[in-house]
Amino acid sequence: MDPNSQEVCGSSHSSASTKLLLYSYWQSPCSWRVWFALNLKEFERLNPLHYVPVLVDGDVVVGDSFAILLYLEEKYPQNALLPSDPKGSALNLQAASIVSSSIHPRHLMSLLEYIEEKAGPGVRLLWTENHMGKGFDGLEKLLKEFNGRYATGDEVYMADVFLAPQICIAIRRFNLDMSKFPTLSRIYEAYKVLPAFQASLPERQPDAIVQ
Amino acid sequence: MAKNVGDSKLQEQPKLKLYSYWRSSCSWRVRIALNLKDFSKLSPLNYVPVLVDEDIVIADSFAILMYLEEKYHQNPLLPQDLHKRAINFQAANIVSSSIQPLQNLSVLKYIEEKVSSDEKFAWAQRHIGKGFAALEQLLKGFAGRYATGDEVFLVLSLSDILNADLFLAPQIHGAITRFKLDMTQFPLLSKLHEAYGELPAFQAAMPEKQPDRVEG
Repeated sequence: MDPNSQEVCGSSHSSASTKLLLYSYWQSPCSWRVWFALNLKEFERLNPLHYVPVLVDGDVVVGDSFAILLYLEEKYPQNALLPSDPKGSALNLQAASIVSSSIHPRHLMSLLEYIEEKAGPGVRLLWTENHMGKGFDGLEKLLKEFNGRYATGDEVYMADVFLAPQICIAIRRFNLDMSKFPTLSRIYEAYKVLPAFQASLPERQPDAIVQ
Repeated sequence: MAKNVGDSKLQEQPKLKLYSYWRSSCSWRVRIALNLKDFSKLSPLNYVPVLVDEDIVIADSFAILMYLEEKYHQNPLLPQDLHKRAINFQAANIVSSSIQPLQNLSVLKYIEEKVSSDEKFAWAQRHIGKGFAALEQLLKGFAGRYATGDEVFLVLSLSDILNADLFLAPQIHGAITRFKLDMTQFPLLSKLHEAYGELPAFQAAMPEKQPDRVEG
Protein backbone atom coordinates (compact mmCIF):
# COMPACT_ATOMS: atom_id res chain seq x y z
CA MET A 1 0.00 0.00 0.00
CA ASP A 2 1.40 3.34 -0.97
CA PRO A 3 -0.32 6.10 0.99
CA ASN A 4 -0.44 9.72 0.18
CA SER A 5 -0.65 12.95 2.11
CA GLN A 6 -2.35 16.01 0.82
CA GLU A 7 -2.74 19.45 2.16
CA VAL A 8 -6.14 21.04 1.98
CA CYS A 9 -7.15 24.52 2.91
CA GLY A 10 -10.41 26.19 3.73
CA SER A 11 -11.93 28.16 0.88
CA SER A 12 -12.41 31.90 1.08
CA HIS A 13 -15.90 31.75 2.56
CA SER A 14 -15.08 29.17 5.19
CA SER A 15 -12.49 29.33 7.95
CA ALA A 16 -9.78 31.64 6.75
CA SER A 17 -6.34 30.15 6.13
CA THR A 18 -7.23 26.80 7.64
CA LYS A 19 -4.71 24.24 6.59
CA LEU A 20 -5.26 20.55 7.13
CA LEU A 21 -3.14 17.63 6.12
CA LEU A 22 -4.87 14.42 5.22
CA TYR A 23 -3.00 11.17 4.95
CA SER A 24 -5.03 8.80 2.88
CA TYR A 25 -4.98 5.79 0.63
CA TRP A 26 -6.80 6.02 -2.63
CA GLN A 27 -8.47 2.60 -2.44
CA SER A 28 -9.71 2.79 1.11
CA PRO A 29 -13.38 3.60 1.69
CA CYS A 30 -12.40 5.10 5.02
CA SER A 31 -10.13 7.59 3.30
CA TRP A 32 -12.77 8.10 0.65
CA ARG A 33 -15.40 9.16 3.20
CA VAL A 34 -13.09 11.82 4.53
CA TRP A 35 -12.30 13.16 1.05
CA PHE A 36 -15.99 13.29 0.26
CA ALA A 37 -16.65 15.26 3.45
CA LEU A 38 -13.74 17.64 2.85
CA ASN A 39 -15.10 18.32 -0.61
CA LEU A 40 -18.58 18.94 0.81
CA LYS A 41 -17.04 21.37 3.30
CA GLU A 42 -15.27 23.02 0.41
CA PHE A 43 -11.74 22.44 1.42
CA GLU A 44 -9.48 22.67 -1.58
CA ARG A 45 -6.48 20.57 -2.14
CA LEU A 46 -3.14 22.27 -2.23
CA ASN A 47 -0.39 19.86 -2.90
CA PRO A 48 0.27 16.20 -2.25
CA LEU A 49 2.52 13.52 -0.50
CA HIS A 50 1.00 8.84 3.26
CA TYR A 51 -1.27 6.37 6.20
CA VAL A 52 -4.91 6.06 6.39
CA PRO A 53 -6.74 8.17 6.97
CA VAL A 54 -5.07 10.52 9.40
CA LEU A 55 -5.91 14.18 9.64
CA VAL A 56 -3.42 16.71 10.95
CA ASP A 57 -4.85 20.07 11.95
CA GLY A 58 -2.14 22.13 13.57
CA ASP A 59 -1.11 20.11 16.59
CA VAL A 60 -4.23 17.96 16.51
CA VAL A 61 -3.75 14.54 14.99
CA VAL A 62 -6.86 12.42 14.42
CA GLY A 63 -7.04 8.92 13.03
CA ASP A 64 -10.10 6.88 12.12
CA SER A 65 -12.51 8.15 9.50
CA PHE A 66 -15.50 8.45 11.81
CA ALA A 67 -13.54 10.40 14.41
CA ILE A 68 -12.10 12.62 11.66
CA LEU A 69 -15.55 13.31 10.22
CA LEU A 70 -17.00 14.22 13.60
CA TYR A 71 -14.00 16.43 14.32
CA LEU A 72 -14.42 18.20 10.97
CA GLU A 73 -18.11 18.62 11.64
CA GLU A 74 -17.53 20.17 15.04
CA LYS A 75 -14.69 22.41 14.01
CA TYR A 76 -15.83 23.51 10.56
CA PRO A 77 -19.57 24.00 10.63
CA GLN A 78 -19.96 25.12 7.01
CA ASN A 79 -22.18 22.83 4.97
CA ALA A 80 -23.18 20.86 8.03
CA LEU A 81 -22.97 17.10 7.78
CA LEU A 82 -25.39 16.48 10.62
CA PRO A 83 -28.87 18.01 10.65
CA SER A 84 -29.72 20.16 13.65
CA ASP A 85 -32.75 18.13 14.70
CA PRO A 86 -31.96 15.26 17.07
CA LYS A 87 -33.95 12.73 15.11
CA GLY A 88 -32.18 13.51 11.85
CA SER A 89 -28.83 13.55 13.55
CA ALA A 90 -29.45 10.17 15.19
CA LEU A 91 -30.60 8.73 11.90
CA ASN A 92 -27.45 9.82 10.14
CA LEU A 93 -25.21 8.45 12.88
CA GLN A 94 -27.09 5.19 12.77
CA ALA A 95 -26.57 4.79 9.05
CA ALA A 96 -22.92 5.73 9.42
CA SER A 97 -22.47 3.15 12.16
CA ILE A 98 -24.09 0.42 10.12
CA VAL A 99 -21.52 1.04 7.41
CA SER A 100 -18.50 1.50 9.64
CA SER A 101 -19.24 -1.25 12.14
CA SER A 102 -21.37 -3.83 10.38
CA ILE A 103 -20.43 -3.71 6.74
CA HIS A 104 -16.97 -2.38 6.12
CA PRO A 105 -15.05 -4.39 8.75
CA ARG A 106 -16.42 -7.60 7.31
CA HIS A 107 -14.98 -7.15 3.87
CA LEU A 108 -11.47 -6.08 4.69
CA MET A 109 -9.00 -7.71 2.35
CA SER A 110 -7.06 -9.33 5.15
CA LEU A 111 -10.23 -10.86 6.51
CA LEU A 112 -11.37 -12.20 3.15
CA GLU A 113 -7.97 -13.71 2.49
CA TYR A 114 -8.09 -15.41 5.85
CA ILE A 115 -11.50 -16.86 5.12
CA GLU A 116 -10.38 -18.10 1.77
CA GLU A 117 -7.32 -19.66 3.31
CA LYS A 118 -9.21 -21.39 6.10
CA ALA A 119 -12.46 -22.27 4.43
CA GLY A 120 -11.56 -22.58 0.78
CA PRO A 121 -12.20 -20.53 -2.35
CA GLY A 122 -15.77 -19.61 -3.18
CA VAL A 123 -16.64 -19.24 0.49
CA ARG A 124 -15.30 -15.74 0.37
CA LEU A 125 -17.96 -14.69 -2.11
CA LEU A 126 -20.74 -16.20 -0.02
CA TRP A 127 -19.35 -14.45 3.02
CA THR A 128 -19.34 -11.02 1.42
CA GLU A 129 -22.76 -11.45 -0.16
CA ASN A 130 -24.13 -12.53 3.18
CA HIS A 131 -22.66 -9.77 5.33
CA MET A 132 -22.87 -6.98 2.85
CA GLY A 133 -26.38 -8.06 1.93
CA LYS A 134 -27.45 -8.04 5.57
CA GLY A 135 -25.96 -4.62 6.11
CA PHE A 136 -27.58 -3.20 3.02
CA ASP A 137 -30.89 -4.75 4.07
CA GLY A 138 -30.60 -2.94 7.37
CA LEU A 139 -29.85 0.33 5.61
CA GLU A 140 -32.69 -0.14 3.16
CA LYS A 141 -35.12 -0.65 6.06
CA LEU A 142 -33.75 2.33 7.94
CA LEU A 143 -33.98 4.71 5.00
CA LYS A 144 -37.01 3.42 3.16
CA GLU A 145 -39.42 6.04 4.45
CA PHE A 146 -37.28 8.96 3.25
CA ASN A 147 -38.03 9.92 -0.25
CA GLY A 148 -35.60 12.74 -0.65
CA ARG A 149 -32.82 13.04 -3.16
CA TYR A 150 -30.31 11.59 -0.70
CA ALA A 151 -30.35 9.14 2.15
CA THR A 152 -32.17 11.17 4.79
CA GLY A 153 -33.70 13.97 2.78
CA ASP A 154 -32.77 16.49 0.16
CA GLU A 155 -29.43 17.48 1.63
CA VAL A 156 -26.20 15.51 1.69
CA TYR A 157 -25.38 14.48 5.23
CA MET A 158 -23.15 12.13 7.20
CA ALA A 159 -25.12 9.05 6.14
CA ASP A 160 -24.39 9.86 2.51
CA VAL A 161 -20.70 10.36 3.22
CA PHE A 162 -20.57 6.78 4.49
CA LEU A 163 -22.98 5.25 2.01
CA ALA A 164 -21.55 6.61 -1.21
CA PRO A 165 -18.15 4.90 -1.04
CA GLN A 166 -19.66 1.76 0.42
CA ILE A 167 -22.23 1.32 -2.33
CA CYS A 168 -19.66 2.07 -5.00
CA ILE A 169 -17.33 -0.56 -3.61
CA ALA A 170 -20.13 -3.08 -3.24
CA ILE A 171 -20.84 -2.69 -6.93
CA ARG A 172 -17.36 -2.38 -8.32
CA ARG A 173 -15.44 -4.75 -6.12
CA PHE A 174 -18.02 -7.28 -5.04
CA ASN A 175 -20.60 -7.21 -7.83
CA LEU A 176 -23.37 -6.95 -5.29
CA ASP A 177 -26.82 -7.30 -6.83
CA MET A 178 -28.29 -3.89 -6.10
CA SER A 179 -31.74 -4.69 -7.47
CA LYS A 180 -32.78 -5.76 -3.97
CA PHE A 181 -31.93 -2.31 -2.63
CA PRO A 182 -34.04 0.23 -4.53
CA THR A 183 -33.54 3.08 -2.05
CA LEU A 184 -29.78 2.66 -2.00
CA SER A 185 -29.70 2.33 -5.79
CA ARG A 186 -31.67 5.52 -6.21
CA ILE A 187 -29.51 7.61 -3.91
CA TYR A 188 -26.37 6.17 -5.45
CA GLU A 189 -27.42 7.62 -8.80
CA ALA A 190 -27.73 10.99 -7.06
CA TYR A 191 -24.23 10.69 -5.57
CA LYS A 192 -22.72 9.94 -8.95
CA VAL A 193 -23.54 13.41 -10.26
CA LEU A 194 -22.32 15.30 -7.19
CA PRO A 195 -19.06 17.15 -7.86
CA ALA A 196 -17.89 16.60 -4.26
CA PHE A 197 -18.34 12.89 -4.71
CA GLN A 198 -16.81 12.72 -8.17
CA ALA A 199 -13.72 14.54 -6.96
CA SER A 200 -13.35 12.02 -4.14
CA LEU A 201 -13.38 8.94 -6.37
CA PRO A 202 -10.40 6.67 -5.83
CA GLU A 203 -9.23 6.91 -9.43
CA ARG A 204 -8.97 10.68 -9.07
CA GLN A 205 -6.60 10.52 -6.15
CA PRO A 206 -2.97 11.42 -6.82
CA ASP A 207 -1.82 8.11 -5.40
CA ALA A 208 -4.17 6.08 -7.59
CA ILE A 209 -2.65 3.27 -9.56
CA VAL A 210 -4.78 2.82 -12.63
CA GLN A 211 -4.68 -0.64 -14.09
CA MET B 1 -35.12 -6.90 27.08
CA ALA B 2 -36.55 -3.41 27.40
CA LYS B 3 -36.32 -1.17 30.40
CA ASN B 4 -38.37 1.87 31.04
CA VAL B 5 -36.04 4.51 32.32
CA GLY B 6 -37.05 7.88 33.62
CA ASP B 7 -35.22 10.68 35.23
CA SER B 8 -36.24 10.80 38.84
CA LYS B 9 -34.54 14.15 39.36
CA LEU B 10 -36.19 16.16 36.62
CA GLN B 11 -39.81 17.18 36.90
CA GLU B 12 -40.68 16.41 33.30
CA GLN B 13 -40.04 12.64 33.65
CA PRO B 14 -38.87 11.79 30.16
CA LYS B 15 -39.77 8.21 29.52
CA LEU B 16 -37.17 6.36 27.59
CA LYS B 17 -37.33 2.71 26.76
CA LEU B 18 -34.17 0.78 26.24
CA TYR B 19 -34.32 -2.53 24.50
CA SER B 20 -31.14 -4.39 25.22
CA TYR B 21 -29.53 -7.79 25.45
CA TRP B 22 -27.77 -8.64 28.67
CA ARG B 23 -24.67 -9.98 26.99
CA SER B 24 -24.17 -7.48 24.24
CA SER B 25 -21.35 -5.01 24.69
CA CYS B 26 -23.23 -2.54 22.50
CA SER B 27 -26.19 -2.68 24.88
CA TRP B 28 -23.86 -2.49 27.83
CA ARG B 29 -22.38 0.83 26.64
CA VAL B 30 -25.82 2.37 26.54
CA ARG B 31 -26.76 1.03 30.00
CA ILE B 32 -23.68 2.64 31.47
CA ALA B 33 -24.51 5.94 29.80
CA LEU B 34 -28.07 5.87 31.12
CA ASN B 35 -26.74 5.17 34.60
CA LEU B 36 -24.29 8.04 34.30
CA LYS B 37 -27.07 10.35 33.23
CA ASP B 38 -28.97 9.35 36.36
CA PHE B 39 -31.85 7.71 34.67
CA SER B 40 -33.27 5.29 37.15
CA LYS B 41 -34.57 1.95 36.05
CA LEU B 42 -38.27 1.30 36.21
CA SER B 43 -39.25 -1.95 34.68
CA PRO B 44 -37.87 -4.31 32.06
CA LEU B 45 -38.86 -6.18 28.75
CA ASN B 46 -35.78 -7.29 24.48
CA TYR B 47 -33.31 -6.64 21.36
CA VAL B 48 -30.16 -4.76 21.06
CA PRO B 49 -29.84 -1.93 21.84
CA VAL B 50 -32.77 0.19 20.74
CA LEU B 51 -33.78 3.37 22.49
CA VAL B 52 -37.30 4.68 22.23
CA ASP B 53 -37.87 8.26 23.24
CA GLU B 54 -41.51 9.07 22.50
CA ASP B 55 -41.67 9.05 18.73
CA ILE B 56 -37.95 8.72 18.18
CA VAL B 57 -36.56 5.24 17.74
CA ILE B 58 -32.79 4.82 17.61
CA ALA B 59 -30.75 1.69 17.19
CA ASP B 60 -26.96 1.46 17.29
CA SER B 61 -25.08 2.17 20.46
CA PHE B 62 -23.05 5.07 19.10
CA ALA B 63 -26.09 6.86 17.67
CA ILE B 64 -27.94 6.31 20.96
CA LEU B 65 -25.06 7.65 23.04
CA MET B 66 -24.70 10.75 20.89
CA TYR B 67 -28.46 11.32 21.09
CA LEU B 68 -28.42 11.01 24.88
CA GLU B 69 -25.47 13.34 25.05
CA GLU B 70 -27.18 15.99 22.95
CA LYS B 71 -30.53 15.78 24.64
CA TYR B 72 -29.60 15.25 28.30
CA HIS B 73 -26.78 17.49 29.41
CA GLN B 74 -26.23 16.20 32.88
CA ASN B 75 -22.93 14.38 33.42
CA PRO B 76 -21.57 14.95 29.94
CA LEU B 77 -20.15 11.99 28.09
CA LEU B 78 -17.77 14.09 26.04
CA PRO B 79 -15.29 16.81 26.99
CA GLN B 80 -15.57 20.29 25.53
CA ASP B 81 -12.14 20.31 23.95
CA LEU B 82 -12.34 19.33 20.27
CA HIS B 83 -9.11 17.41 20.26
CA LYS B 84 -10.06 15.35 23.29
CA ARG B 85 -13.47 14.71 21.78
CA ALA B 86 -11.75 13.43 18.64
CA ILE B 87 -9.62 11.08 20.71
CA ASN B 88 -12.75 9.79 22.42
CA PHE B 89 -14.37 9.15 19.06
CA GLN B 90 -11.24 7.45 17.82
CA ALA B 91 -11.04 5.12 20.78
CA ALA B 92 -14.74 4.37 20.55
CA ASN B 93 -14.40 3.53 16.91
CA ILE B 94 -11.42 1.27 17.36
CA VAL B 95 -13.71 -0.79 19.55
CA SER B 96 -16.84 -0.58 17.46
CA SER B 97 -15.29 -1.01 14.01
CA SER B 98 -12.02 -2.85 14.46
CA ILE B 99 -12.72 -5.16 17.35
CA GLN B 100 -16.38 -5.77 18.06
CA PRO B 101 -17.56 -6.69 14.53
CA LEU B 102 -14.91 -9.36 14.29
CA GLN B 103 -15.77 -11.03 17.56
CA ASN B 104 -19.51 -11.02 17.56
CA LEU B 105 -21.47 -14.23 17.83
CA SER B 106 -22.26 -14.86 14.19
CA VAL B 107 -18.68 -14.40 13.06
CA LEU B 108 -17.31 -16.60 15.84
CA LYS B 109 -19.85 -19.31 15.09
CA TYR B 110 -18.83 -19.20 11.47
CA ILE B 111 -15.16 -19.61 12.27
CA GLU B 112 -15.91 -22.41 14.68
CA GLU B 113 -18.00 -24.19 12.04
CA LYS B 114 -15.62 -23.72 9.16
CA VAL B 115 -12.39 -24.23 11.05
CA SER B 116 -12.42 -25.17 14.71
CA SER B 117 -13.18 -24.00 18.22
CA ASP B 118 -9.49 -23.37 18.89
CA GLU B 119 -9.23 -21.23 15.82
CA LYS B 120 -12.24 -19.26 17.01
CA PHE B 121 -10.39 -18.30 20.18
CA ALA B 122 -7.17 -17.58 18.35
CA TRP B 123 -9.10 -15.40 15.92
CA ALA B 124 -10.83 -13.42 18.66
CA GLN B 125 -7.66 -12.97 20.65
CA ARG B 126 -5.74 -11.83 17.60
CA HIS B 127 -8.22 -9.14 16.62
CA ILE B 128 -8.83 -7.96 20.14
CA GLY B 129 -5.08 -7.89 20.71
CA LYS B 130 -4.52 -5.76 17.62
CA GLY B 131 -7.23 -3.36 18.66
CA PHE B 132 -5.96 -3.17 22.21
CA ALA B 133 -2.44 -2.45 21.00
CA ALA B 134 -3.84 0.42 18.93
CA LEU B 135 -5.75 1.71 21.96
CA GLU B 136 -2.68 1.55 24.20
CA GLN B 137 -0.81 3.57 21.61
CA LEU B 138 -3.61 6.08 21.16
CA LEU B 139 -4.32 6.68 24.83
CA LYS B 140 -0.73 6.72 26.00
CA GLY B 141 -0.32 10.17 24.60
CA PHE B 142 -3.31 11.40 26.57
CA ALA B 143 -3.82 9.34 29.64
CA GLY B 144 -0.11 8.93 30.19
CA ARG B 145 0.48 12.04 32.11
CA TYR B 146 -2.23 11.18 34.59
CA ALA B 147 -0.90 7.74 35.23
CA THR B 148 1.00 6.97 38.33
CA GLY B 149 1.54 3.65 39.99
CA ASP B 150 -1.15 4.10 42.62
CA GLU B 151 -3.67 6.44 41.14
CA VAL B 152 -6.97 5.44 39.67
CA PHE B 153 -7.59 7.40 36.55
CA LEU B 154 -9.91 7.40 33.64
CA VAL B 155 -9.24 7.77 30.02
CA LEU B 156 -8.79 11.39 29.26
CA SER B 157 -9.74 13.30 32.31
CA LEU B 158 -9.07 12.95 35.99
CA SER B 159 -12.56 12.29 37.14
CA ASP B 160 -14.96 12.28 34.23
CA ILE B 161 -16.21 9.16 32.59
CA LEU B 162 -16.27 9.71 28.93
CA ASN B 163 -17.58 8.27 25.73
CA ALA B 164 -14.42 6.25 25.10
CA ASP B 165 -14.78 4.59 28.49
CA LEU B 166 -18.29 3.48 27.60
CA PHE B 167 -16.82 1.54 24.71
CA LEU B 168 -13.69 0.35 26.46
CA ALA B 169 -15.26 -0.98 29.65
CA PRO B 170 -17.43 -3.69 28.11
CA GLN B 171 -14.78 -4.55 25.54
CA ILE B 172 -12.03 -5.09 28.09
CA HIS B 173 -14.33 -7.05 30.36
CA GLY B 174 -15.36 -9.28 27.49
CA ALA B 175 -11.78 -9.79 26.36
CA ILE B 176 -10.81 -11.00 29.81
CA THR B 177 -13.82 -13.06 30.79
CA ARG B 178 -14.89 -14.51 27.45
CA PHE B 179 -11.69 -14.71 25.50
CA LYS B 180 -9.11 -15.04 28.25
CA LEU B 181 -6.90 -12.40 26.67
CA ASP B 182 -3.52 -11.97 28.26
CA MET B 183 -3.68 -8.39 29.48
CA THR B 184 -0.05 -8.07 30.57
CA GLN B 185 0.85 -6.41 27.28
CA PHE B 186 -1.83 -3.78 27.88
CA PRO B 187 -0.91 -2.02 31.14
CA LEU B 188 -3.01 1.07 30.47
CA LEU B 189 -6.12 -0.86 29.59
CA SER B 190 -5.56 -3.09 32.61
CA LYS B 191 -5.50 -0.05 34.88
CA LEU B 192 -8.65 1.26 33.28
CA HIS B 193 -10.36 -2.08 33.75
CA GLU B 194 -9.66 -1.92 37.46
CA ALA B 195 -10.93 1.64 37.64
CA TYR B 196 -14.14 0.77 35.82
CA GLY B 197 -14.78 -2.10 38.19
CA GLU B 198 -15.08 0.31 41.10
CA LEU B 199 -17.64 2.61 39.58
CA PRO B 200 -21.32 2.13 40.44
CA ALA B 201 -22.51 3.20 36.99
CA PHE B 202 -20.48 0.39 35.43
CA GLN B 203 -21.24 -2.23 38.03
CA ALA B 204 -24.98 -1.77 37.75
CA ALA B 205 -24.78 -2.13 33.98
CA MET B 206 -22.84 -5.40 33.97
CA PRO B 207 -24.33 -8.28 32.01
CA GLU B 208 -24.54 -10.58 35.00
CA LYS B 209 -26.75 -8.04 36.75
CA GLN B 210 -29.31 -7.84 33.99
CA PRO B 211 -32.74 -9.37 34.47
CA ASP B 212 -32.59 -11.15 31.11
CA ARG B 213 -29.34 -12.87 31.95
CA VAL B 214 -29.16 -16.54 31.12
CA GLU B 215 -26.93 -18.86 33.12
CA GLY B 216 -24.28 -20.97 31.44
